[in-house]
Amino acid sequence: MAIKFKGVDYIEFDAMLNDDERLVRDTARKFIEDNLIPIIEECNRAGRFPRELVKPMAEMGFFGASLKGYGCAGMSNVEYGLVTQELERGDSGVRSFVSVQSALVMYPIYAFGSEEQKQTWLPAMQQGEKLGCFGLTEPDFGSNPGGMRTRARKVGNEYVLNGEKMWITSGSIADIAVIWAKVENEDNKVRGFLVETDRKGFKAEDIHGKWSLRASVTSGLSLQDVHVPESNLLPGSNGLKSPLMCLNQARYGISWGAIGAAMSCYDCALQYSLLRKQFRDQPIASHQMVQEKLAWMITEITKAQLLCLQVGKLKDQGKAEHYHISMAKRNNVWMALECARLSRDILGANGVADDYPIMRHMMNLESVKTYEGTQDIHTLIIGSRITGIDAF
Amino acid sequence: MKILVCMKQVPQKDAPLKLNETATWIREDVSYEVNEPDAYALEEALRQKEKHGGEVVVITSGPARAQQVLREALAKGADRAIHLEDNAFVGLDAFNTARAFAAAIKDEQFDLIFTGLQSDDYGYAQVGVILAELLGWPHATIIMQIEKTDAGIKVKRELEAGFFQFVDMPLPAVLTIQSGINKLRYATLIGIKNAKNKPLRKVALADVQSAIGNNLQMIEKLYIPQKTKNTEFIEGPPAEVAKKLVEKLRNELRVL
Repeated sequence: MAIKFKGVDYIEFDAMLNDDERLVRDTARKFIEDNLIPIIEECNRAGRFPRELVKPMAEMGFFGASLKGYGCAGMSNVEYGLVTQELERGDSGVRSFVSVQSALVMYPIYAFGSEEQKQTWLPAMQQGEKLGCFGLTEPDFGSNPGGMRTRARKVGNEYVLNGEKMWITSGSIADIAVIWAKVENEDNKVRGFLVETDRKGFKAEDIHGKWSLRASVTSGLSLQDVHVPESNLLPGSNGLKSPLMCLNQARYGISWGAIGAAMSCYDCALQYSLLRKQFRDQPIASHQMVQEKLAWMITEITKAQLLCLQVGKLKDQGKAEHYHISMAKRNNVWMALECARLSRDILGANGVADDYPIMRHMMNLESVKTYEGTQDIHTLIIGSRITGIDAF
Repeated sequence: MKILVCMKQVPQKDAPLKLNETATWIREDVSYEVNEPDAYALEEALRQKEKHGGEVVVITSGPARAQQVLREALAKGADRAIHLEDNAFVGLDAFNTARAFAAAIKDEQFDLIFTGLQSDDYGYAQVGVILAELLGWPHATIIMQIEKTDAGIKVKRELEAGFFQFVDMPLPAVLTIQSGINKLRYATLIGIKNAKNKPLRKVALADVQSAIGNNLQMIEKLYIPQKTKNTEFIEGPPAEVAKKLVEKLRNELRVL
């Protein structure tokens, strides 16, 4: 029994959005409803990335939506956030793909790249003709990227890269990889390189057996003496703060995305609870313990919306700090995961089956809780901000 | 071809509706959307423009909120918009709406005017037809296909029971477009951005006041259908009971 998403708005949140923001949200919602919802459960079962949606999503302007020029839509941060919300209402894996393409590959090229690099890659990536991946995390370095072992050595007018990257979204389908490496000739400073994935010595192997983000590709990358011309260095990249700036972009999108996943679970549970009858032929929505769960969820979703809207407004004013975004990411992903678990409770055994989206969201959100700064790391970022003491 | 598309903002399809205090219409605090039949009319206009060039202009009447319909149309590719902006337009009947539109476009030269087949709220299916009459133009309803010819256009109308009618028409003309005849495009993010810079002309109630008069059609009362349960015992000899029962099932309940 399919339950059609009805939207979630408890405190007239929509009235806080302007006409364009609502239109962007509604358009993205309709696109996801028409194109992703009908196929997502099959993709999730098969562990298949819906590649057929790349072109349509590009035509919608989803890739690099918040960048200006190069064919990009130049959305405000709130508009961009609402798009990721709707994408993740569909599926976290598909939203992850868009986040990586936009925030982790197009953004660093836009922010740190040369004009030539921008011209080469941004329009093609906006069009979905070229796909990208972002190589920061390594098998032994996740929360502590500064410990990375990947090295670049300058030899003549080339750089030679060696290292391993792990948990890389879109790794094996990417045309271009943004690889972060310590440059040996520059005091091991972390810098970004554009590595075309067909270069000799570059290998991407998919990670199989994932119970999460099954509709997106996750790979390990291996670079063995990969030669790139020096023009492939991102000239504006300068130390570890550069990849962290990219993560900030992506984390911001995730904090909106998590609201989408939570809305999907909550709306499904609410509608189900009104249909499902138990005890004296009454809908389970009439039970206090079900109402408590629903009330908790709508309250948390509403708080999460307000948090995101404020961070988005700060971001538009250039005032959003990484610790603001950490709070939004940390709170909203946790809130979404709790909503998924409560919603699964409300659906009982039915919550386990993929006739409903809840279990898929729950499994996806386990990854979302961990990637782009784990729950715990974001706790420490907030802690560092308020005490002035790093506890990493 | 220069095409005008008449559009309307209507309450969202699955929005829970509440009656207003006078029970003559619904309360304003619902979510609104583009009248779906009008979305098909716009899509057809955009496709005609892509084939033959020209301009697509969209027009609506209603309060400030109705502008959303025009914005969406501009984002999808319409070139400019006309907004008859006033709360009073919500209560106009089809005749007066058509008169207001005719007055608002009196200085324009359109080749075609499209409307959706009907609105999802009032459902009159009249504005297009009356507008044609006011302008002195020919019209055709329930259009499924439009081809440009040397003399004008050839249109395909949907009749009942699977029959179609093909009509040659001169231009200018008014067509009411059947829903589902094309696949609606999305407003892209770039389209939404670009729409900001497209012209939107506002027309006040006072500008068209002299063209409109009292409504000819009025809603006196709206009410939520009452659900009633009624148990009736039919008594008498079995043969008579059976006969009465069949009669009731056939004539009153119409289930046989």
